[in-house]
Amino acid sequence: MNISIITDITLAHYLILAAVLFVIGMAGVLLRRNVIVLLMSIELMLNSVNLTFIAFSKYLGLLDGHIMVFFVMTIAAAEAAVGLALAVSIFKRFKEVNIRFFEHLKG
Amino acid sequence: MILSTLVFLPLLFAFIVLIWPNLKTVRHLALGLSIAEFIVSLGMLENFNPQSASLQFVEKFNWIERFGIQYFFGVDGISLWLVLLTTFLTPVIILASWSSISEKLKGFHICLFILQTAMLGTFLAMDAVFFYAFWELSLVPMYFMIGIWGGARRIYATVKFFIFTMAGSVLMLVAIVYMMYLTQEATGHMSASLLEFYKLKIPFVGGTFFSVQTLLFFAFALAFAIKVPAFPVHTWLPDAHVEAPTPGSVILAGVMLKMGTYGFMRWVIPLFPEASEYWAWLFMLIGTVGIIYGALVAMVQPDVKKLVAYSSVSHMGYILVGLFAFNAYGFSGGLFQMLSHGISTGALFILIGMIYERTHSREISKYGGLAGVLPIFTIFFFIITLSSIAVPMTNGFVGEFLILIGTFKAQPAFAYFAVSGVVLGAVYMLWMFKRVFFGAQGELVRDEKHPLKDLNAREIAVLVPMVAMVFIMGLAPNYFLNYSKASIDNLVNSKNGYSLTLTENAQSILDFVPGNAPSGASDGSANVSKITPEQGDN
Amino acid sequence: MNHSVLMALVVLSPFVGFLINGLRYKKHSGNVAGGIATLAIAISFVSSILLVIDLIGMPSETRRIAISFFEWIAVDKLRVNAGFVVDQISAIMILIITGVGTLIHIFSIGYMHHDKGVAKYFAYLNLFIFNMLLLVLGDSLLVMFVGWEGVGLCSYLLIGFWFTDSEKAAAGMKAFITNRVGDAAFLLGMFILFMSFGTLNFHELNALAPTVAEASWMGSVTLGTLMLFIGATGKSAQIPLYVWLPDAMAGPTPVSALIHAATMVTAGVYMIVRLNPLFLAAPNTLMVIAIIGAATAVLAATIGMTQWDIKKVLAYSTVSQLGYMFLACGVGAFGAAMFHLMTHAFFKALMFLGSGSVIHAMHEEQDIRKMGALRKFLPITHITFLLGWLAIIGIPPFAGFFSKDEILAYAFHSPLGSTWLWAAGALGATLTAFYMTRLMALTFWGKSRVPAKTHPHESPVSMTLPLIVLAVLSVIGGWIGIPHVIGEHLGDVPNIWEHWLHPLIREVPNMTHMDPSTEWALMGTSVGLASISAFIAYNFYVTSLDLPKKFAESIKPIYNVIYNKYFVDEAYFAGVINPLVNVSKNLWFYFDVNFIDKCTYVIADLIKGMGNLSRSLQTGNLQQYAMYIGIGIVVVLSFVITR
Repeated sequence: MNISIITDITLAHYLILAAVLFVIGMAGVLLRRNVIVLLMSIELMLNSVNLTFIAFSKYLGLLDGHIMVFFVMTIAAAEAAVGLALAVSIFKRFKEVNIRFFEHLKG
Repeated sequence: MILSTLVFLPLLFAFIVLIWPNLKTVRHLALGLSIAEFIVSLGMLENFNPQSASLQFVEKFNWIERFGIQYFFGVDGISLWLVLLTTFLTPVIILASWSSISEKLKGFHICLFILQTAMLGTFLAMDAVFFYAFWELSLVPMYFMIGIWGGARRIYATVKFFIFTMAGSVLMLVAIVYMMYLTQEATGHMSASLLEFYKLKIPFVGGTFFSVQTLLFFAFALAFAIKVPAFPVHTWLPDAHVEAPTPGSVILAGVMLKMGTYGFMRWVIPLFPEASEYWAWLFMLIGTVGIIYGALVAMVQPDVKKLVAYSSVSHMGYILVGLFAFNAYGFSGGLFQMLSHGISTGALFILIGMIYERTHSREISKYGGLAGVLPIFTIFFFIITLSSIAVPMTNGFVGEFLILIGTFKAQPAFAYFAVSGVVLGAVYMLWMFKRVFFGAQGELVRDEKHPLKDLNAREIAVLVPMVAMVFIMGLAPNYFLNYSKASIDNLVNSKNGYSLTLTENAQSILDFVPGNAPSGASDGSANVSKITPEQGDN
Repeated sequence: MNHSVLMALVVLSPFVGFLINGLRYKKHSGNVAGGIATLAIAISFVSSILLVIDLIGMPSETRRIAISFFEWIAVDKLRVNAGFVVDQISAIMILIITGVGTLIHIFSIGYMHHDKGVAKYFAYLNLFIFNMLLLVLGDSLLVMFVGWEGVGLCSYLLIGFWFTDSEKAAAGMKAFITNRVGDAAFLLGMFILFMSFGTLNFHELNALAPTVAEASWMGSVTLGTLMLFIGATGKSAQIPLYVWLPDAMAGPTPVSALIHAATMVTAGVYMIVRLNPLFLAAPNTLMVIAIIGAATAVLAATIGMTQWDIKKVLAYSTVSQLGYMFLACGVGAFGAAMFHLMTHAFFKALMFLGSGSVIHAMHEEQDIRKMGALRKFLPITHITFLLGWLAIIGIPPFAGFFSKDEILAYAFHSPLGSTWLWAAGALGATLTAFYMTRLMALTFWGKSRVPAKTHPHESPVSMTLPLIVLAVLSVIGGWIGIPHVIGEHLGDVPNIWEHWLHPLIREVPNMTHMDPSTEWALMGTSVGLASISAFIAYNFYVTSLDLPKKFAESIKPIYNVIYNKYFVDEAYFAGVINPLVNVSKNLWFYFDVNFIDKCTYVIADLIKGMGNLSRSLQTGNLQQYAMYIGIGIVVVLSFVITR
């Protein structure tokens, strides 16, 4: 079995994995109630996108994907920082992390 | 530069009021500034050439070049007196609101000045988009004026006012955009200039509603008819008037309603000559019904202000009928009636405001016998009443007479009905006058604890110019008519090829100081640039 | 003096008087205010005389002083000047107006002495004279209309002079509005004439008037003159618009004398006479005028027989006499109409002022049932009133005889008249003699029914002097128009009146000369009828006072209808005014508030409903929003891919 993982794993595999991760993340965002978990799910979605970028970058032999990934990671970090800060202050204020509790923007 | 100065000076005044440090002297300041504005407008009158039908003092620059939208001001015999009316009424209004407006003084005067800019801009702008901008701008200060300084149901009234007028003007905007597109089709470059619009030959098919010209005609006409307000879309007016503070009512009745009839005269009739002529019967009908309906409903109003508001519907009906008679009598009469209605109804609202300040009620049934208690007030009210019911030698008569004779010339049948307004007008005004001023003293008049005081010097100072105008316009209507004669003849005589020439009396602002007019001010022929050389060749 | 200066003096001096008195309306001194006002009118009177003297000096073909002060309205073909004309017709009018006006001003000084608003009163009176002068001097229909409306306005102000009484204020309003109905028709008449002749100037209109009579009812001349006549029925209190005049008696009595007897109410007659060539071209209109005039003359006279208020009797008498004038116009006797207008101005002003004197003496009592035998207390008033009475019932040689006789003669033999019209006129004359004698008898003769606490007294000189002057005029006023049949027996006395007016009056077509014997017979008949009727009335109301009551009982239903003025006011209320008010209320409530506004609410609700619908999508639930995004992406993507 001298199968090279690198060569045998095709672009499709990456994309499928990324899609699966994205769907898991999306399911988390849509279904879970805990704000923290929501944030984590968003991270998951972002990372699945990153994975897609990297895969394409490798496949096409271009560096653009890498650069994009750096951007996304920076944004993700920033977003996580702000999001967590918000989550913490919301928790401090309301003693509540359930997202369904926050529907003050109801029309 | 005179027109830009005229239009934007009030905006500057609004800013001065804003930064004025002393709240106590805001009224004096505003009064002084508005009088200054009036003097500037008199300067324009002095330099105006009454013999010419062309647009004068033209200022024309590209504003948004890509769409052919221009910064384009000009004045002719049609808009001249409306401008004067606006600048004349503003100081009167400020003086009249001296004691009735006590809250948010600065805001009030800022609103007033912005409103003045908007109204003047509406009368002077000769570019469709530019015009539309001023047209809409005028809604905003009025909205606040009713909404902040108004009566108990002010929010309802102001929203109703806003939405009614807005609904109409949206259609107008669509029509303007479509016409700009038509200019591109016709000439290759887009333009919003009124002069370019006049040159368009918009296809018209009689007998159907769905021809281009008819649709455009109705889009414009509806916007203006709501503003007038013509008969079935008049219901915003009584509410707006009843809730508006006195100065708001005066501006509304005095100037803003004229924006609608002015629109008919400047836009609808010359732009869509075939459609106007084809549908003239409809608008004469609307006007006639408005005359009678407004008068009948005014007759049974329990509230004086509402009565006057409905009387406005009746009076504005006359103007509509006159304009759609398409002859010199109708147009001159309509224009004159616009001015005289501005004076007389404005004065009526001022008078009602004065008595409201004293008794805090406008219920007719609570008055009675006022003539014995407030003789000076009664005299003024009576003179204005006479003007309102068009007794000869007052301003109301001239307009009404000319309109009726024009209507008779065009469509005798409508004149037979419209003339009943002469009777009904007397009925509702005199019946109200009798109930308020004659007879036994009513509960508000009798009140021993608060004896009513007759007019003070300031109030007399407010009314004297109005009453003076009533008689000046009644006795010397020719002075006013002569200024618009050329423009109206042009409108009557070139029905299917209406055009306006431009006269650029480019002068320095100093020339507009009254009495300082250069002798060559009126020889506009030297620098006339003919914009529309060919006309009527189809 | 220069004619335009004189003309300006005639017109403007009352106006200046109005301004002076109007600005000092708070002053209570009647003598000063009255003095100013009287002076103003007197100046106007003197200037009028000077003008008329100049006019007489002119050759009769060009006898006309026309002065135009400025151009008032000029639009397109309509050019109206503030122009005034003194010619044969308006000369008579300005003399009557300023002359009788001066007398009534003098009378008012005494009559209104105690009133608090005396300065205001004189101001209004002067304003009235000003407007009346505009009316008669105006050289075009439009200038006439200015005065026409102006006098209506002053009438409104003076009827409602004691405005604290709601009823009096209402009477003023009624007068103005009824007049306005006529005025609206007047406007239409002007429009019709302007459209067909292109001018409103009297001189031009008369010159342009067709000489061939217009047969059609819908022709412009017929329609135009008919409309003008409706205008005249308003101002001159004819059927159907006469209802305001009796109510107008709410005003001070001198006002009734000046406005509602001598001057303003005759404006309609004046207008028709002024435009006589035009009216002659419309025989249909003339027929209507004659019938309305005759009907009014009889109808008002019957009502006059039943009234108890001294002023109401005189008011109905005025309506009736105005009917005569219109009858005269209708049969083409324009000169006679003017003649009767003048004599009527004298004797009716006299009688109104006399009644004022009586009311003054009786401390504001107007009911003739509470008078009687006043001749003892008011000798001068009695004598002057007596002369007025003789004049109005048409006893020769008093003024009324000549004018009334001429009208009846015309009604009988003019091609436009008929025996029926003459009969109606004669009946009216008979009734007039009856109710006037009744009035005399109940007021001045018979037994006194004056309440014990009232002590009647003769009026001061300022009031009796005008009475005496007017009485003299009522006697001799008719002598300037003595008919030829009588004139030739008196040594060829000329008919000055006819000569004077002749250039401006167009002859009735096909007019034949009347047989002198017929004329004598007609005269005899009318004088005989009047005398018999007066004798019966004297018997009724002086000798056997219970007879009229019995008579009234015997025809009770008819009497009641007449006593209640044929229920015309009630009919107007039930038929016009109340329905109008009800319709208006319903229009307002159902159409304005409940239809138009409701429609806008429906539109607003529709939009609101749409908003509500989309509002339910916005739950505030973050995860749901995310879901929408997801679904949106899926939809868009599937759309893009499958395309």
